Amino acid sequence: MFAEQLINGITLGSIYGIVALGYTLVFGVLDIINMAHGEIFMFGAFIGMLIATKAHAPLWAAFLGAVLVTAAMGYLLERFALRPLRGRPGGSQLAPLISTIGVSILLENIAHKLFGAGNQLFETSFAEIKFEAGPVTVYLVQVVILAIAILLMAGLSLWLYKTRAGKGLRATAENLETAGLLGVNTTRIITATVVIASSMGGVAGVLVGMAFNYINNQMGLSMGLKGLAIIIFGGMGSVAGAVAGGLILGLSETFVVAYGSSGYRDAIAFIAIIVVLLIKPQGLFGQAPPEAQR
Amino acid sequence: MGGTIRLVGLIALLAFSLMFMGAAKDTPKASAPGKAKDPAVNARIGVISILTGQGSGYGEAITNGFKLARDEINARGAVNIELVIEDSSGKQEQALAAGQKLINSARVVAILGPTLSTEMKVVGPEANASGVPIMGTSTTAAGITQIGKYVFRNSLPETQAIPASVRKAVMKYNIRKVALLYGNDDVFTKSGFDTMKKVAEDLKLNILTIETFQKGQSDYKAQLTKIKGLSPDAVFCSALYEEGAVILSQARKMGIKVPFVGGNGFNSPKVIDIAKEAAEGLVVATPWFADRNDPKVKVFVARYEKAYGKKPDQFAAQAYDALYIMAEALKKAGKADREKLRDALAGIRNFDGVLGKFSFDADRDVVMEPNVLTIKDGKFQVFQ
Repeated sequence: MFAEQLINGITLGSIYGIVALGYTLVFGVLDIINMAHGEIFMFGAFIGMLIATKAHAPLWAAFLGAVLVTAAMGYLLERFALRPLRGRPGGSQLAPLISTIGVSILLENIAHKLFGAGNQLFETSFAEIKFEAGPVTVYLVQVVILAIAILLMAGLSLWLYKTRAGKGLRATAENLETAGLLGVNTTRIITATVVIASSMGGVAGVLVGMAFNYINNQMGLSMGLKGLAIIIFGGMGSVAGAVAGGLILGLSETFVVAYGSSGYRDAIAFIAIIVVLLIKPQGLFGQAPPEAQR
Repeated sequence: MGGTIRLVGLIALLAFSLMFMGAAKDTPKASAPGKAKDPAVNARIGVISILTGQGSGYGEAITNGFKLARDEINARGAVNIELVIEDSSGKQEQALAAGQKLINSARVVAILGPTLSTEMKVVGPEANASGVPIMGTSTTAAGITQIGKYVFRNSLPETQAIPASVRKAVMKYNIRKVALLYGNDDVFTKSGFDTMKKVAEDLKLNILTIETFQKGQSDYKAQLTKIKGLSPDAVFCSALYEEGAVILSQARKMGIKVPFVGGNGFNSPKVIDIAKEAAEGLVVATPWFADRNDPKVKVFVARYEKAYGKKPDQFAAQAYDALYIMAEALKKAGKADREKLRDALAGIRNFDGVLGKFSFDADRDVVMEPNVLTIKDGKFQVFQ
């Protein structure tokens, strides 16, 4: 039973991690919390469901479709909900946050209209592939989810720290105006960031559908709140922190249920987060703000 | 400063004139029956339901049931019903605001709804204090009609439904040890669990573990893996069908093959739609059975399917009957008067609806015989 619960926890944690990656990327660059990320993730799940379950297309098509649609949504989000608010003198710091909350409500209701209320079956033949090691059943999906989480984390780190675009992104994150003066096309960097973060949400959506078999138009909210907690826990803007934080939250939730009481599932997981933040306020992998370093 | 005062005065004036207009609009209605050839009772009835957000699946079924009944009742002519439908989003504060709006500005003669017992706990006292009859069509938690003498319901409470299904399942499958699983953030599923636990204790069953989950959760593997490790004879699961169907599906996939006994919320054809073959072996007690051999039921199912393209579930059926009960009481009351309607409602006995013979007891609560059903070969069948 321990092994099965461990696998359950890792699967859940990997999904949390991928969702949190989307948050952390946008936060790292724009210093805003994209409250619409959870709903974009939910859309990714529904697009994947339409392609894989309703149209019986292969799984790669589901991923591709979900990524394309969520990337487009990310572009629209940036173009119409974030860009008009940027660089306005006297604009509130909170304006982009509120505007993404608006987008999240809009998306949730569009999903309700398009896909209906309630749980929808997400069925793929791939999700049925399993192998048994003694009493333990492992689904291939569970392995794939962990692999995708690690790949995304590694790919993102490489992109951020080893490529020219990543350098531009980090410069933009450091100071938007200075980066612009130094010849970085900041608008393009910001758009690319939101688009990439959103398409990762799309990937996470398809993975959730495959892992749990059911999706509904409310799933963005609960998953989104977990993702937010994780980036605070793992360190705002930290890529490794998002994945590590996700795994820790997923595992702790699962083991609280397994060896404690399921009524305390969220309570204990979040108490753990509070304790870590008391000891290390910037989060697990977070860096102290520049003023404090100097 | 002067401008502000003038503005306030203007708003007050506007509010007053609106009130009088409302009053003026109501008067001809009250005197109309004298002229008409058959004295039709015109009634405006408020509906509070979940139309958006989590749980809007229930609201959809419920309002569909009301609309179908309204069209049929109005076509017959003895009673003419106008529905004023408000959204509660499943939230207490929004349900209360909707209730106040219906009571004070829409001036409805009675309210149907709200959807959840949690909402009824706040809207019920308000309607009761205002002397407006209110009837829950889906509120099955304990203590609903005890709110006051204007509060009714036609939804079979869990305290009657669950013992029936548990006893039958225990006898048939010789159940000795059970695992309990319930949603702990909803009054409905929580009170269902309390009943299950009490019945399990009364029957001296060995309760192996008690697990919980929350609304909208999508991953139940941790709880289910734990339950599987304890190998119970049955799982008693108090859940709404949205969560319940997913739980069943994940449990079966994991290899938990024992019967599940569910509460009232588990009873919906959607369980089969969502969980497919994983739904086999679920036992529920329910006031509503769509395949019951009764011409009334067959007509209702056919009409509902024609109008909305899907089979009516328990929530639609209860809503449908509720409006007919209202119409019956309005006919008896003779006019759309809140006080007279309340007395007429309280006197309803042996009403013959799609749910079967229905009566209100002295506490305005439900008296009826539940059907115990199980899912077999992809459909609900009578459990024997």
